[in-house]
Amino acid sequence: MTHQTTQEIVARAQDLYEDLHFTAARKWKEAGEGRKVIGYMPVYIPRELIHAAGMLPLGIMGGGDNLEVIHGDAYYQSYICRIPRSTIELGISGRLDFVDGMIFPSICDVIRNLSGMWKMLFPDVYAKYFDVPQTYEDEVGGTFYEGEMKEFLHDLEQIGGRKISDDDLRSSIEIYNENRRLVRELYALRAESPWQAPASEAYLIIRAGLVLPVEEHSQMLRDYIAAAKAEKRPIKDNAKVVVTGMFCEQPPLNLIKSLELSGCYVVDDDFMLVSRWLIGDVPLEGDPIHNLAQAFLHHSECTAAKYEPDLKEKGQFLVRSVRRTGAEGVIFAAPSFCDPALLDRPMLQNVLKQAGIPFIAFKYAENSGQMQPIREQAGTFVDSIKLWSAA
Amino acid sequence: MRPTAVKTPPKEVIKDASMLKQKEMMARHYDRLANAHENGEKVASTFVPGNLNELVMCFDLVNNLPEVNAIQSGLRRQSGAYIMEAERSGHSEDVCTYVKSDIGMMAKGNIGPNGKKLPNPDVLLLSYTGCFTFMKWFELLREQYKCPTIFLQTPYMADGKVTPNMIQYMVKQLKEDVIPKLEEVSGVKFDIDRLREYLKKSAKAEDDLVAVLQSARNKPSPIDAYFGGIYYIGPIFGAFRGTDDAIDYYRFLREEVEERMRKGLGPVTPDGTMKEEKYRLVVEGPPNYTNFRQFWKMFYDEGATVVASSYTKVGGTYDFGFRHDPDRPLETLAEYCLGVYTNRSLPMRIDMLVNYINEYEADGLLINSIKSCNSFSAGQLLIMREVEKRTGKPAAFIESDLVDPRYFSAANIKNRLESYFQMVEQKRSGKGAAA
Ligand code: SF4
Ligand code: SF4
Repeated sequence: MTHQTTQEIVARAQDLYEDLHFTAARKWKEAGEGRKVIGYMPVYIPRELIHAAGMLPLGIMGGGDNLEVIHGDAYYQSYICRIPRSTIELGISGRLDFVDGMIFPSICDVIRNLSGMWKMLFPDVYAKYFDVPQTYEDEVGGTFYEGEMKEFLHDLEQIGGRKISDDDLRSSIEIYNENRRLVRELYALRAESPWQAPASEAYLIIRAGLVLPVEEHSQMLRDYIAAAKAEKRPIKDNAKVVVTGMFCEQPPLNLIKSLELSGCYVVDDDFMLVSRWLIGDVPLEGDPIHNLAQAFLHHSECTAAKYEPDLKEKGQFLVRSVRRTGAEGVIFAAPSFCDPALLDRPMLQNVLKQAGIPFIAFKYAENSGQMQPIREQAGTFVDSIKLWSAA
Repeated sequence: MRPTAVKTPPKEVIKDASMLKQKEMMARHYDRLANAHENGEKVASTFVPGNLNELVMCFDLVNNLPEVNAIQSGLRRQSGAYIMEAERSGHSEDVCTYVKSDIGMMAKGNIGPNGKKLPNPDVLLLSYTGCFTFMKWFELLREQYKCPTIFLQTPYMADGKVTPNMIQYMVKQLKEDVIPKLEEVSGVKFDIDRLREYLKKSAKAEDDLVAVLQSARNKPSPIDAYFGGIYYIGPIFGAFRGTDDAIDYYRFLREEVEERMRKGLGPVTPDGTMKEEKYRLVVEGPPNYTNFRQFWKMFYDEGATVVASSYTKVGGTYDFGFRHDPDRPLETLAEYCLGVYTNRSLPMRIDMLVNYINEYEADGLLINSIKSCNSFSAGQLLIMREVEKRTGKPAAFIESDLVDPRYFSAANIKNRLESYFQMVEQKRSGKGAAA
């Protein structure tokens, strides 16, 4: 048992976050003969499949604010978000040259089209657009999704040169169940005592899970939670808020810190949804592919990238998140030009209005530098929330 | 997709007979739509890509297309105000302007192109094909109209092929969800033979449409396959596919075009028959509708004819052989949806454009990149480079918006086009010198 401080653990996570050469994943690959790494983009893929193939799933969330985009801008007009261009930059600059495959989940037309671009730019690397159902009946969307997963599994067997058994899948599911449990535990801790586990730290800890082997990440989560609980940190007079809209292109870390500095305790968010997309444990008995599909259809997170078949349910996830965490308001933060987030926003805001939950909205880019306006806006929001609750 | 009720322009616009016929059909359709509820008819709103008109007709529903309404608003120069209205009510400046034009129009009383109020839809048929925005657009409309919403997902053709899993998924959705719900909304029992009849008619009109589009292989081309093409696709991309009206229109159009071809005539433009065909272009991307005629004029004034375009394939791609097949009624609907242009992977789109340049002996590619349309625009710069590389023909890039007048800069576009035509000239003389 290690006895690291939160500071030490966070420092390690921050190193991983800042390392745009993905040294940890490279080392993992070099450490064993024939090891393969499969990259994936937001918002969700069943990482269990990659893990069961003995490979490392590597989350690619764009280049952030530390990457100088030299080539990427030549591929995109100014009115398209940042993440595809910085991802292309990562590819063209050789930072992903050790990656054996790239998965582009079905999140929006930008990522969808990027899957085709990747095939043209890197013809020797396996690239797959991973389609998911937007209908949720077992026999319809479920069957389709199982078919898509089996196709993916088959591709992984080809790449890895070995069969993947149901037992391989079951043991991967078990390992990811454990990881998701720990992630939720961290979220629960944050909601309960946000001063003990600030959002900017939690962000880094979860983010580390995109580049580390899951087993190692689970240990990091355990260590962090234990350390965070053990430390006494001062309680501030902050307002609890939920942040939403950051499910794809990531905000700069500074943005999260700015929110905290302006008086927010961010108690829930939609960062890196892949790490807790499936709610609750995926059962281990029975057909693992079927179980993953069931979890996807019936027990998964809500986000703008999904179709909500039930008008009454639209946006309720946000209300529930506010109630569950005891938040006092919601901050809509969306990447500029992000269709899913920005088209969804007015509907979610209407739901919040009806529920009497205050909110503000702004846009960012992964490389936004100026935080002053956001800090001011968030600060004013916090003040108004406090006034409101004092009244 | 189709400019019909163009506001009477100051100068007399030259129209050929088929255009008048088309205009009359569209006007008739808008009247039917406006009076639907008075006449006891129910209205289904849906999208142009993945437009299941044959199926909609099986339930006696009237097909309403918000995309086309947005185009109409663009042509009638009302979309600008509608978009501002939507932005005032909280919609982001960054998102698809079709959606905002539609929402703004709704807020301002939903007046259609014929000056009559469009009815509220009785059902939203959310055919999710080739564009993510569709999903959010109809969620937004559902919030307003609170009417039943039927969802049909078309998987993306990412690997350039249709797999059995995709077809099965779509057919299952049709059987188990779409059709029963359409029965419920309309009160009409589904009759597969009726569907077959319509599909048979679709295929017939599709044959003639393809003949019209392919007439552009001729030199000079008797048609403009982008600006003119937008008129041609109107009926078949909208409420007429599967009807006798469509069969008549496309037969008539084909005869007209073949006659022009025999006479060696170029396309009809708003200023009359185009004189000399100096440039033959392939165009990728939707047009601008707020300045449609001005935009078109920049081409025909220079003697540039568009011989093939990708935009005229958004509501169905027929020129590579697909026809609606009455013998496989549900599968064929699935294949139709899968094949629309925006549902094709980027490599497929590139292949298609390269093929057009070669087959239609075009001088090059022009991309009109739409600011607010990720489905089309994300990746177009790579498309441009690849097509240039593979054909050796020059490509150019212009930017505008579909229906947001704020993003149409005539001077910029004109400049770009002029230098592009110079580039084409240089390429030609360079070739001449080398030969
Ligand atoms: S940031 Fe938004 S628009 Fe951009 S790729 Fe992600 S989901 Fe799509
Ligand atoms: S994003 Fe493009 S394809 Fe989609 S609705 Fe808007 S204009 Fe049409």
